[in-house]
Amino acid sequence: MSRALDLLALVGRAAFAALGGAGRIAIFALVGLSHLVRPPFHARQFWRHFVEIAYFSLPVVALTALFTGMVLALQSHTGFSRFGAETALPSLVVLSITRELGPVLAGLMVAGRIGASMAAEIGTMRVTDQIDALTTLSTDPMRYLVAPRLLAGTLALPPLVVVADILGVFGGFLIATLQLGFVPQSYLDATWDVLEAMDVISGLVKAAVFGFLIALMGCWCGYHSRGGAQGVGQATTRAVVAASILILAFDYVLTAAFFKQ
Amino acid sequence: MSETPKIRLRGLRKAFGEKQVLDGVDLDVRPRHSMVLLGGSGSGKSVTVKCILGLIPPDEGVIEIDGQDVAKLSRRERAALFDRTGMLFQNGALFDSLPVWENVCFKLLAQRRLTRRAARDRAAEVLAQVGLAASVGDLWPAELSGGMQKRVALARAIAAQPDIIFFDEPTTGLDPIMGAVIDGLIVDCVERLGATALSITHDMASARRIGDDAAMIHKGRIVWTGSAETLGHTGHPMVDQFANGSREGPIQMELRR
Ligand SMILES: Nc1ncnc2c1ncn2[C@@H]1O[C@H](COP(=O)(O)OP(=O)(O)O)[C@@H](O)[C@H]1O
Ligand SMILES: [Mg+2]
Repeated sequence: MSRALDLLALVGRAAFAALGGAGRIAIFALVGLSHLVRPPFHARQFWRHFVEIAYFSLPVVALTALFTGMVLALQSHTGFSRFGAETALPSLVVLSITRELGPVLAGLMVAGRIGASMAAEIGTMRVTDQIDALTTLSTDPMRYLVAPRLLAGTLALPPLVVVADILGVFGGFLIATLQLGFVPQSYLDATWDVLEAMDVISGLVKAAVFGFLIALMGCWCGYHSRGGAQGVGQATTRAVVAASILILAFDYVLTAAFFKQ
Repeated sequence: MSETPKIRLRGLRKAFGEKQVLDGVDLDVRPRHSMVLLGGSGSGKSVTVKCILGLIPPDEGVIEIDGQDVAKLSRRERAALFDRTGMLFQNGALFDSLPVWENVCFKLLAQRRLTRRAARDRAAEVLAQVGLAASVGDLWPAELSGGMQKRVALARAIAAQPDIIFFDEPTTGLDPIMGAVIDGLIVDCVERLGATALSITHDMASARRIGDDAAMIHKGRIVWTGSAETLGHTGHPMVDQFANGSREGPIQMELRR
C-alpha cells in the first residue's frame, strides 16, 4: 500500500516538475516575444540568425529532402506493385513530403544545427559573464539575444521547407521516371491533381512552429546553463533533444488539428 | 561625515543554497573616491559587486546609491541609474561575436547616442586612452592577448563616461609590469571622469596604487575599513596577515591534512 503511495507521489512530483518547467519556459517565451512588439528591435542580430538558419541550412535540408523523396518512391513502388496500385505513387510522394516529411525532417536537421549552436553560444555567454555584461551595458539580454533568435527561427524555417518540398517531390520524380518507368508528364499531372493548397499551408505552419520551438529550446537551455565548458555541453545536448521531441509532439498535435474529420 | 556616500550597503546578505556567501555586509564608498575591496578567493567580493549592479538579487539588506534605496526605484529609474555605471568583469567578458570597436562602443550604441560610423571614431579615441592603437578596433577579442583584452574591457567600461565604475580583479593573471600599467590607466580614467570607483583586488601593490580607501571582507562580512596607504601596517591582525601573505595568523585556510 505504502509502496503504491510512494510511486504515486513520485509520479505526481515528476508531473508537477514537468508542468513547472513548461510554465517557466512559456513565461520565458512570452517575455522574449514581448520585446518584438516594443522598440528598439535588434535588426542586425535578427538578420545574422535568419541568414545562418535559412541560407546555411540549405545544403543539409536540400540533400535530406532529395534522398527522402527518392527512397519514398522506391519503397512505396515495391509495396504498391503487390496490389497493382503503382498509380498512387505520385500522390503518395507529394502528400507525404508536403504534409509531413518536409517540415519534420527539415525541423530535425535544423534542430541539430541551430538548436545546438544557439545553446552553445548563449551558454558560453552565460558562463563567461557576457550576459551580465550586456545588462551593465544598458542592454536587456532577453531583447538582444532571445527575441531576434525566436523571430529568425520562426521566419526562416518556412522558406527552407518550400525548398525541401520541391526537392523531395523532385527526388521521387527522378526515381519514378528514370528507374520505375513512369512517364514524366503524367507523373507531374498526377502530382498536381492531388495537391491542395491546404497540404502545403499546413506544412508551412508546422515549419514556423518548429522553427520557433528550435530557437526557444536553444535560447532556454543556453540561458540557463551553469558551470563551465561541461555545463555548456550539457545545455547543447539538452537543447537538441528537447527540440527534437517537441517537434515530433507538436507535429502530432498540428496534424490532428489540421486534418480532423 | 556630512557627505552622503555614493554607495551605501547595510546588512547585505546572500546565500547560495546552504552556503552563506554574504553575511551582513556594511560598506560606504565616498563620492569621487576610489575604494578597494580586499579578501581571499571565494570570500564574496564579486557577489557583492553583482548585488550592487542588480545582477544578483540579495536575500536581505539595503543598497543605496546617492542616498536612494535601489530596491525602491522603478524599472525606468533603475535603468537610468545603471546607464551611468561601468563594470570591468573579472575575466573581461568581451563579446566574442563582435569586433573590438563594437565592444568598446556597445553601450553608446545601445543608448543610441552614436551612429555606427561615429562609434568607430569614438572607439579609436577610447582605445588610445588605454594605450591601444586604433587598428586594434578591427580585431576580434579572441585575437588579443590577456593584457590587451583587459585593456579593451577597461575601454568598454569607461567609454560611456560612467560616474560609478566597478573593477573586478583588473590585474589578476597579468605580469607585474602590465598590472602596473593597468593600475595607472585605472587611476587616470577615474580621475579624468571624476568618477567613484570600487575595485576588487587581492594584490597589495595594486591596492595601494589605485585605492584611496580600502575594506577587507572575510567570511561574508567587512572586518576592516581604512586608508589604502596603511595597508601592511594597519595594526589589524587579519588585514596585516593578508597584506603580508603570511600563513600564520587569524585567517586559517581550511585545508585537510
Ligand atoms: N551564481 C552562483 N551560484 C552559486 N554559487 C555562487 C554563485 N556565484 C558565486 N557563488 C559562490 O559564492 C562564493 C563567492 O564567490 P565570489 O564572490 O565570486 O568570490 P570572490 O571573492 O573570489 O570574487 C563562491 O564560493 C562561489 O562558489
Ligand atoms: Mg571574484
